[in-house]
Amino acid sequence: MNPFRVHTGLVVPLDRANVDTDSIIPKQFLKSIKRSGFGVNLFDAWRYLDHGEPGMDNARRPRNPDFVLNDSRYEGASILLARRNFGCGSSREHAAWALADFGFHAFIAPSFGDIFFTNCYKNGLLPIVLSESEVDRLFADTQAFAGFKLTIDLERQVVSTPDGSLVFAFDIEPFRKHCLLNGLDEIGLTLQHAQAIRAFENKRLAEQPWI
Amino acid sequence: MTARTLYDKLWDSHVIREEADGTALLYIDRHLVHEVTSPQAFEGLRLAGRKPWRMQSVVATADHNTPTKDWNRGIQDPISRTQVETLDGNIREHGAKAYFPFLDRRQGIVHVIGPEQGATLPGMTVVCGDSHTSTHGAFAALAIGIGTSEVEHVLATQCLLTTKLKSMLIRVDGRLPPGVTAKDLVLSIIGRIGTAGGSGHAVEFAGEAVRALSMEARMTMCNMAIEAGARSGMIAADERTFDYIKGRAFAPTGEMWDRALAQWRGLRSDDNAKFDTTHVFAAADIRPQVTWGTSPEMVVSIEDRVPDPDRERDSARRDGMERALSYMGLRPNTPMTHIHIDKVFIGSCTNSRIEDLRQAAAVARGHHVAKNVKLALVVPGSGLVKAQAEAEGLDKIFRDAGFEWREPGCSMCLAMNDDRLEPGERCASTSNRNFEGRQGAGGRTHLVSPAMAAGAAIAGHFVDVRRLA
Repeated sequence: MNPFRVHTGLVVPLDRANVDTDSIIPKQFLKSIKRSGFGVNLFDAWRYLDHGEPGMDNARRPRNPDFVLNDSRYEGASILLARRNFGCGSSREHAAWALADFGFHAFIAPSFGDIFFTNCYKNGLLPIVLSESEVDRLFADTQAFAGFKLTIDLERQVVSTPDGSLVFAFDIEPFRKHCLLNGLDEIGLTLQHAQAIRAFENKRLAEQPWI
Repeated sequence: MTARTLYDKLWDSHVIREEADGTALLYIDRHLVHEVTSPQAFEGLRLAGRKPWRMQSVVATADHNTPTKDWNRGIQDPISRTQVETLDGNIREHGAKAYFPFLDRRQGIVHVIGPEQGATLPGMTVVCGDSHTSTHGAFAALAIGIGTSEVEHVLATQCLLTTKLKSMLIRVDGRLPPGVTAKDLVLSIIGRIGTAGGSGHAVEFAGEAVRALSMEARMTMCNMAIEAGARSGMIAADERTFDYIKGRAFAPTGEMWDRALAQWRGLRSDDNAKFDTTHVFAAADIRPQVTWGTSPEMVVSIEDRVPDPDRERDSARRDGMERALSYMGLRPNTPMTHIHIDKVFIGSCTNSRIEDLRQAAAVARGHHVAKNVKLALVVPGSGLVKAQAEAEGLDKIFRDAGFEWREPGCSMCLAMNDDRLEPGERCASTSNRNFEGRQGAGGRTHLVSPAMAAGAAIAGHFVDVRRLA
């Protein structure tokens, strides 16, 4: 996994609450047995005017000019600004894979779906929780200023405008921060405790053999 | 000793180690696996040269992608077939405690077959790469829906790396009125606390109304905990729990059963246990529910009308309501009973068990699906549920009434197979999500109980099942 330290990027606002993972990556694209290639179908039903299926030539499909990701001013955006409960619903990690594959590095919202929130960290993506009023301010600025960028400094736990006029602090669990900063493989870390796991397991299976 | 919640007890008995910041290694007893969220996890193990830790914890099946008819023709969609065959290959290579592949008579929706086989037991930690894993909490288990990276982590280490959630008590006092089901109760809870109401919490459902529910109804409640934002839902163990489990394929027997029972009896919150958040509901107030929008929290009772955004003061909520009404093709203030439907889906991990089918059949018996209803599907949750229903003659009741009687699977709950809505079609569905496009691009989903779905199929529009003779 790539480490996440400091990231500066263009911000795209997705102004609706309760965006579910079905909308982020619709079910017909979950049939793949790979982790890559989902970006072209990110928000498929909102991004394109026709119905998408796996294997289509997406470059030739008609785009929905009203969907924010198709607005040229947000081309190349790497930070998604969202409303409350972003990523609710299905556990499909394909949603995080699709967002990463599209080019996103971080998400800012007042709250996230719990499973999606966890899935982000497993893929080197940073979901940031800011207050409703801070998010409102960012929506206003993103819409007001073309080319609005933010810098996310994970070590310092702050989101700021490049000129420093806005600075918002955010919380993150120390272990998650450590893994993200260093791009660590969690399975490798856990297996350092293999002996403790085995000892626990032996005791548990002795006490509850029906497991 | 301080009083503990059921969640505290389940958590404490599975923590192997805990970091200073609260990140814990939680031992996982049961890992349920299906074809959609596991291939990348097994591939990850292969690429890293790792072996699964304990495949004896794994119970697997193919359910999301499998067709519900013409099983003799196999899986026609080549991409779906590849995914199902990939699961076959992974289980062949690594083994499992049990595998119920496509065409096996015990195959079915992973959250139906776990309990049905006695593979979900009280006191267990249960994970699955599926958000509706919360279902298994009905057995006083800590059941957690996880992503594919976590599936790989559990396969490789038998542990989940996680932090302890806050605890929420949802207590339902009194008894549910006749004609009102667990589905109506849980939808009305979501309507009140919202789809993010349980975020960051493990929810325990308790109170007289919950105690009175059957195990299958309790599974319906816990299944929908995730629609309230809670990764885990749970209910204390009692005699009803034990009666359900006894005699099932993987349940302990003889002396082991007695030992298990002695341990399971303590799986309830202590009387003075403290919860971070508590919500109290009166069962007597609950009426049959129908969703009107594109989020499970957008729900009203069958006696109500489609809400009017003009009466909503919060502008963000008003925008959301307007967008939902536009997608759903509904006008504000329309009585719910005036909404006509095109299709009906009775099935899913929420409502496809034998009691669900009995309730729907009781409404359908002796009637016929209305002319405006193009398709009314009944999809049993498993091969064993299907066989039981057929032994009771429910299939005949449904067929005589004009319903299609299908093979088990997830089917039109998420429409990965051929069962789906066409753009603009409106469906009365016993499933769990009314998100845009969930049951097919452009499809319009109204979530209801099995009896309400059957009633809508017969009338051609939503009806109050309490008024049906």
